Amino acid sequence: MSEVRYTDQHEWIRIADGIGTVGISKYAAEQLGDVVYVELPAPGRKLNSGGEAAVVESVKAASEVYAPAAGEVTENNPALEGEPATVNADPEGAGWFFRLKLSAPGDLTKLMTKDQYTEFLKGL
Amino acid sequence: MNTPFSEELRRTPLYDLHVALGAKMVPFAGYEMPVQYPAGILKEHLHTRAQAGLFDVSHMGQRFLIGPDHATTARALEAMTPGEFQSLGQGRQRYSLLLNDDGGIVDDMMATRPLSPDEDGELFLVVNAGRKSVDDDFIRARLPANVRFVLAEDRALLALQGPAAEAALARHCPYAAQLSFMAGIKTTFDGVPCHVSRSGYTGEDGYEISVPAEEAEDVAKALLAEPEVLPIGLGARDSLRLEAGLCLYGHDIDETISPTEAGLTWAIGKRRKTTRDFPGAARILFELLEGPKRKRVGIRPADKAPAREGAEIVDQNGKRIGVVTSGGFGPSAGAPVAMGYVDASHAADGTNIGLMVRGTARPAQVVPMPFVPHRYKRSTTGL
Repeated sequence: MSEVRYTDQHEWIRIADGIGTVGISKYAAEQLGDVVYVELPAPGRKLNSGGEAAVVESVKAASEVYAPAAGEVTENNPALEGEPATVNADPEGAGWFFRLKLSAPGDLTKLMTKDQYTEFLKGL
Repeated sequence: MNTPFSEELRRTPLYDLHVALGAKMVPFAGYEMPVQYPAGILKEHLHTRAQAGLFDVSHMGQRFLIGPDHATTARALEAMTPGEFQSLGQGRQRYSLLLNDDGGIVDDMMATRPLSPDEDGELFLVVNAGRKSVDDDFIRARLPANVRFVLAEDRALLALQGPAAEAALARHCPYAAQLSFMAGIKTTFDGVPCHVSRSGYTGEDGYEISVPAEEAEDVAKALLAEPEVLPIGLGARDSLRLEAGLCLYGHDIDETISPTEAGLTWAIGKRRKTTRDFPGAARILFELLEGPKRKRVGIRPADKAPAREGAEIVDQNGKRIGVVTSGGFGPSAGAPVAMGYVDASHAADGTNIGLMVRGTARPAQVVPMPFVPHRYKRSTTGL
């Protein structure tokens, strides 16, 4: 079964078989507005937990996306190059950014569960 | 708790309406303003170009110069600007620049001469929100004793922009259809006295409507009830004016930049070039003759990554040659667009340049502006 965790920077990561799929939360996508460009990490790139991983640009501004956990990028989402608006349409599904092979799966325990994240949003 | 440093944000007469429409409100130039409505910046932008958008620009400064006759008031304004105002026709509007003694731009603004001979001697000014206090001091310090400077703080300003603006506005204000680009008159909107000019800052045909503050909400609601009209926030206002190649004060123009560098030489009156009697004339006329050292240019990034304000511009060898002053995604252009200043040697259309985005020089090209053709209604049989 897959498990989703959230960061306080509004990234999500869904784990299955030691591979994490990463994107930005529905809340983040709504805050950004219309996404017009996404810059994704190339496969093979090693990411540190909390390190800069991707950039998402709306009409108004550019925002960093941070790696929720350490690992090596295995693939990124080719659909976002042609259709960056997928991030708005389905931020926690088809709008995923990249996948990574986790180097320290224990990192994830520090992240929020869906319920914890929902509570966290109420406090913003 | 109040601290001496806390800045109280002001609200326009349409604040409650923005909130009721679901706008996201942000601080801008000392005001709480709608940056976007639920439709979002992209849809708001495209809707304005396809039909009509309503903008609250009440934060902008509405002012009057009032002198004994037109020639006196026009001369007073000419002492601070490079514009030709003495020959400005009745009911005509002109874009101009307040200039400091070094020829730097203190603000850009609109000035309209009344149509009615009874009001001749007045000029109606609209200045930028963020420059109001600077402009007020600047203007007051330069006016002769017989020309008064009056703030119209009790008025709201709405902009209705887009190809359907004429049809929508004419249902409430039939005279609007008679106006040509850069004409302005006093008329009525559903019986409410207002000042309407055919102008705006999106590159589209459209109007700016000045109304008494207490009538603003009714006027806005009447326009929003028209099928062509959606409310548009500051986000789309910015992307629309960028695509139209128009300068945003504090970004593309400021007190260090001359009209020559900014490519605004068309705002210098022909007579004024001969009389050489405007602030900074020595520098500006020298730059007109010799060419300025740096120039504002349009920029098209080659790939899809937008370059934002502040991005360095480099030449083919990586040497810094300028900086982006406005940049983002152009929804109608369907691509990133930018403007910025480059050394004059790199300002020719077609010049290949690099834009530093996140530490990498990304290929781009100097291109003519606007990015989207202007669609002003320059000629009708009316004013």
